[in-house]
Amino acid sequence: MKVSLFITCISDIVFSEVGKDSVELLERLGCEVDFPEGQTCCGQPAYNSGYVQEAKKAMKQMIRAFKDSEYVVGPSGSCVGMLREYPHIFKGDPEWEKEAIALAEKSYEITQFIVDVLGVTDVGSTFKGKVTYHPSCHMTRVLGVKEAPQTLLEHVEGIEYVELPVKEDCCGFGGTFAIKNAVISQEMVKEKSQHVSETGAEYLVGGDMGCLMNIGGRMRREGKDVEVVHITKILNTHEQGGEGHEYQNRRYSL
Amino acid sequence: MSIKIGDIPYNDRIDQGIDNEFMRQAVSSAQGRFRTGRLTQAEVLGDWEDWRQIGEEIRTHTLENIDYYLYQLSEQVEKRGVHVFFAETAEEANEYVENVIKKKKAKKVVKTKSMVTEEIGLNHALENAGATVVESDLGEWILQLDEDPPSHIVTPALHKNRQQIRDTFTEKRGYDQTDSPEELAAFARQQLREEFLSADVGITGCNFAIADSGAVTLVTNEGNAEMVTALPDTQITVMGMERIVPTWEDMEVLVSLLTRAAVGQKLTSYITAITGTRLDEEVDGPEEYHLVIVDNGRSKILGTEFQSALHCIRCAACINVCPVYRHVGGHAYNSIYPGPIGAVLTPLLDGYDDHKELPYASSLCAACTEACPVKIPLHELLIRHREIIVEEEKRSPAMERIAMKGFAQWASHPAAYKLSAKMARTALKPWTDEEFVENGPGPLKGWTDVRDFPAPGKQTFRTWWHNHQKGAKK
Repeated sequence: MKVSLFITCISDIVFSEVGKDSVELLERLGCEVDFPEGQTCCGQPAYNSGYVQEAKKAMKQMIRAFKDSEYVVGPSGSCVGMLREYPHIFKGDPEWEKEAIALAEKSYEITQFIVDVLGVTDVGSTFKGKVTYHPSCHMTRVLGVKEAPQTLLEHVEGIEYVELPVKEDCCGFGGTFAIKNAVISQEMVKEKSQHVSETGAEYLVGGDMGCLMNIGGRMRREGKDVEVVHITKILNTHEQGGEGHEYQNRRYSL
Repeated sequence: MSIKIGDIPYNDRIDQGIDNEFMRQAVSSAQGRFRTGRLTQAEVLGDWEDWRQIGEEIRTHTLENIDYYLYQLSEQVEKRGVHVFFAETAEEANEYVENVIKKKKAKKVVKTKSMVTEEIGLNHALENAGATVVESDLGEWILQLDEDPPSHIVTPALHKNRQQIRDTFTEKRGYDQTDSPEELAAFARQQLREEFLSADVGITGCNFAIADSGAVTLVTNEGNAEMVTALPDTQITVMGMERIVPTWEDMEVLVSLLTRAAVGQKLTSYITAITGTRLDEEVDGPEEYHLVIVDNGRSKILGTEFQSALHCIRCAACINVCPVYRHVGGHAYNSIYPGPIGAVLTPLLDGYDDHKELPYASSLCAACTEACPVKIPLHELLIRHREIIVEEEKRSPAMERIAMKGFAQWASHPAAYKLSAKMARTALKPWTDEEFVENGPGPLKGWTDVRDFPAPGKQTFRTWWHNHQKGAKK
């Protein structure tokens, strides 16, 4: 199966390991992965701030970049959720609506793709450690992916899974919200960090680097010894020599 | 009072909310109770999503045909001896009610809890007209004694604890017992009983007016609506024009959603139906009854992309799940309608001038949209507001506009984008220590005040990808 990686700008620029783990994971599952170099940002920072005209410029670029792709798979519920909104945003646009629909229909969040399209629930990974999972808001409530990441985690050998209290609560990231309403965002992330501590987990796993960057950044500031990783790192750790990519900026503990 | 509750600037209100440890504790534990209650009741009911779907359909149908149903309602209630008045503005509504009070030479008015009378500032108008107004809902009565605005649309005194309530009772009413809820409630009951018996006029709000039968229904837990509607000889109901359902069957669906979504109850203690003036064979009920139907900006919302905001049945489920509300409290919204629905509704009813920050007071986590029993896409409506603020009202900050123009250029030119991705690590270097930025410049400051920001990794994905591809080809 031919798959185009939609790396998302945050992983393209800050968390390159998420892209690397995603590629290796998809390849191990038999996909032929390519990386359309014209991809940029899905446009969400502008769209969610009310700058629809600006957002559309980014969106058109994404439509162009993935025009020839069979499947578009990204390691983010939020960014893929944005791609899926394109048809609504370009509704009635004679030039772009059709293409927006085409992109939305072939785009998947990576765990959703593995479970729903590839039909795989056990990716054959092994991971030793106590892990808790934060289901991001856009992944669960905008894109509607609730089961897939947890199903995949449940099948990881050696994992000790602990439930995050009030896991459905927002971590306070919200993209530009974290800057524009920094004071409120701060209180939200403090609360999330507290919930993570209550689990006693060594690893906080999630499917969206925005949220993880937020929670991880807070926990590092608090001096908490919890490693924050994207789910692709866990799924790309396996006994055939795969260890997932060590995050260069992984040391969230001081 | 009106929709807006004060003149404190947005940032100060947020700080005040966050600094109010006690309020936050109270809100957080109430949210926990309401949330659990709602989820449990939804599960017990089963098919919750189907119920929501039907709820949405009823509200959509009603609002799309609201002219028809309002006409039907007014025909039906007039048949039962009720005077109907359509008030286009808050002032018109207040003036009408004032005139009734004056004509009756009424000295005392008792009220049930009603958001629309808060919205139009009715109490204030009546007091100016010389009447004493007594709120009979326990929460509203506490707030009235304390001259405090509501912070929640269902449990208006949510931000107060029982010690504060005891102090208010002591100071204002000479209460001398403990802060146990039972003793406080017993005291309130005894005080209010005298008010009911001596009132000349009863004023109620309206949860659902039934168009085809002309009944006004109230959903309460304290029994005060029975007292307000049974004792005084003159009754006035003030309703927002969208508080209407076609039939009793529709009302049954919506009330099932309302009580579960609001507080996790299968049913409230009381559902009161008022069906016009006292008939000859009846022993109680009003001799004179007025129904005031308030527009106050609602009809301007009809036919716009915000029409679904009028579907709201005032259950507060969105408020009860909102993490922003949890941390800042209701008063931070500076509107009698707080939380996500307040952030959507307030600028629509009261304009952007005083409320332009509200649509941004959300991380767009969509917990509100998921909780809403009539499926109002609240977080999407917040984005619509932002779009209007940016593109039509042109009220967004200049720096933000410049940044977003830059964003559009960056994200639509892959070469520029690629270059910036390559340069990001170097650009952040002056602020980077051990792969993290702890004191960020410019817009990063809000972030790094309480969080560290990760430095971009040494090897970019694209470099790795090229090597990876070469490896694969070999």
